[in-house]
Amino acid sequence: MNNHELKLIAAKVRRHVLDAVHSAASGHPGGSLSISDILTLLYFEEMQNLDTQTPKNPDRDRFVLSKGHCSPALYGILAERGFFDKSLITGFRQTDCCLQGHPSLKDVAGVDMSTGSLGQGISAANGMALSAKLDGKDYRVYTILGDGECEEGQVWEAAMFAAHYKLDNLCAVLDFNGLQIDGNIADVMSPLPLDEKFKAFNWNVILVDAHDFDSLRSGFAQARVCKGKPSILIAKSVKGKGVSFMENNAGWHGNAPNDEQYAQAVSEIDAVIKELGGEI
Amino acid sequence: MADKKATREAYGEALAEFGGQYDIVVLDADLSKSTKTETFKKKYPERFINVGIAEGNMMSTAAGIATTGKVVFASSFAMFAAGRAFEQVRNSIAYPNLNVKIGATHAGVSVGEDGASHQAVEDISLMRTVPNMVVINPADAYEARGAVEAAIKHEGPVYLRFGRLAVPYVYDSGYQFELGKGVQLKDGGDVTIIATGLMVQEAVKAAQTLADEGISARVVNIHTIKPIDKDIIIKAAKETGAIVTAEEHSIIGGLGSAVAEVLSENYPAKMVRVGINDVFGKSGKPQCLLEEYGLTACNIAKQTKKLLGK
Ligand SMILES: Cc1ncc(C[n+]2csc(CCOP(=O)(O)OP(=O)(O)O)c2C)c(N)n1
Ligand SMILES: [Mg+2]
Repeated sequence: MNNHELKLIAAKVRRHVLDAVHSAASGHPGGSLSISDILTLLYFEEMQNLDTQTPKNPDRDRFVLSKGHCSPALYGILAERGFFDKSLITGFRQTDCCLQGHPSLKDVAGVDMSTGSLGQGISAANGMALSAKLDGKDYRVYTILGDGECEEGQVWEAAMFAAHYKLDNLCAVLDFNGLQIDGNIADVMSPLPLDEKFKAFNWNVILVDAHDFDSLRSGFAQARVCKGKPSILIAKSVKGKGVSFMENNAGWHGNAPNDEQYAQAVSEIDAVIKELGGEI
Repeated sequence: MADKKATREAYGEALAEFGGQYDIVVLDADLSKSTKTETFKKKYPERFINVGIAEGNMMSTAAGIATTGKVVFASSFAMFAAGRAFEQVRNSIAYPNLNVKIGATHAGVSVGEDGASHQAVEDISLMRTVPNMVVINPADAYEARGAVEAAIKHEGPVYLRFGRLAVPYVYDSGYQFELGKGVQLKDGGDVTIIATGLMVQEAVKAAQTLADEGISARVVNIHTIKPIDKDIIIKAAKETGAIVTAEEHSIIGGLGSAVAEVLSENYPAKMVRVGINDVFGKSGKPQCLLEEYGLTACNIAKQTKKLLGK
């Protein structure tokens, strides 16, 4: 897929993120907007054997959103990819809708793992990757981690495991947006340097720009050819990317925009969609 | 004054209030804005420690600080405090009987939109089984303040369960909290409704409804689930003959179970447990969820009538 098409899909995912959190009056826009481009490249280019008719196809590549609070972006991309109807998005977080606040495997087609408690998704991704090895299957497993999430000890237990069992069919992406709830990761509880830590844990570390499709594409390609080690793309990102007043602002971690803010945010995203020749 | 307040709000204020009098250190795991420990942090920044997103590490660190004689509060959501860090709480805090107070907020389904992954309905059960642990589940903001003070004065581990949702006041500012003592809020002769946390206000409303239908219900608030006030429970069974429990928690292992344990060994009586019936929660507005799971005055009244065969 060309970058222009990818950009358009990513903009639509961002629109879904805004619609979801605004209609729920709750949810996590910041970290959802920072991973919208990564998810777009994964679901429209990188991941293989996805079949919306058979979402549980055993040979499919898997994806685990380890930072499960960013479900609006996952639901946005799954809807764009055709796993369920886009009209569900505005039911997000409401009692009569399957789109749970955090991804739920048993409730939503296309969701490969239930997450929400930070640090656990990467271990589950390890389990899937290990199982592929046991079965002699060649599907790949992807997971997105938050940089704040890396403060959880379990992330490092999982990092050790993936390297120990040489899970080269596992590719993690670290959403390196520099923020967590209580502020900058460097101020709250620094997990830095993250690249050197993962290197020391014997991972193949690749630095990419989370909002540049060429950079992401090349990162995933490098991960694919690396044998004998798990790979991680450390993706420098902007929390709140695409909505000017949300960018790099920890206050938008887990707050929904009010009507006025929503209108402003939508106008910015819709302008991008229009500019790319898309329909709103 | 607003007519409602979340118990987590009162928790943060109480920490700030007592921070001057006592040698308190407060730990949080990247949730200080939500748990409201931020209120303490603003007043005593040097005694506030953010451990980052690392609840297990927080509990054992709290234990270490407590060995030096300080009163340590460790806060996170109930799911992560009692759930994820369970074993650190058991082995680092409770086993050595250290003076750590676990301030667990966002308990129960009234967490709302975050959904099942964040709705702890097992925490009372988990914490209650641990030796040395005191478990308190306050009903309103005044009781939350009293619980914090009592926890500070009590030597040893305490689990304090707070809610996210703003709840109406059950008490007034004169309320005196007494650790381990149930509170009779209304007398009655036909049945006793024993409630905890945000279900206390529902129990009071249910008793009013029942009164209109000619059923005289006693209402007892059990804020301290461990050690539980056996006397008030046994007395209720003797005098009213039937017991209804109400809690925003699983009916397995929580208040209902604790009351059943007391009754079955001392004075068996017919009873029914109102609570979460062995299921996970889900996303939705807190009020919708409380209704969906039957955590309402209406359902308490209904279950009471069923129990009494009326
Ligand atoms: C085990 C656990 N502890 C705490 C939380 C509450 N929480 C949700 S998001 C978040 C901050 C995450 O920061 P980061 O991983 O950097 O996410 P991002 O910036 O990408 O949104 C926290 C503490 C949680 N979901 N799970
Ligand atoms: Mg972050």
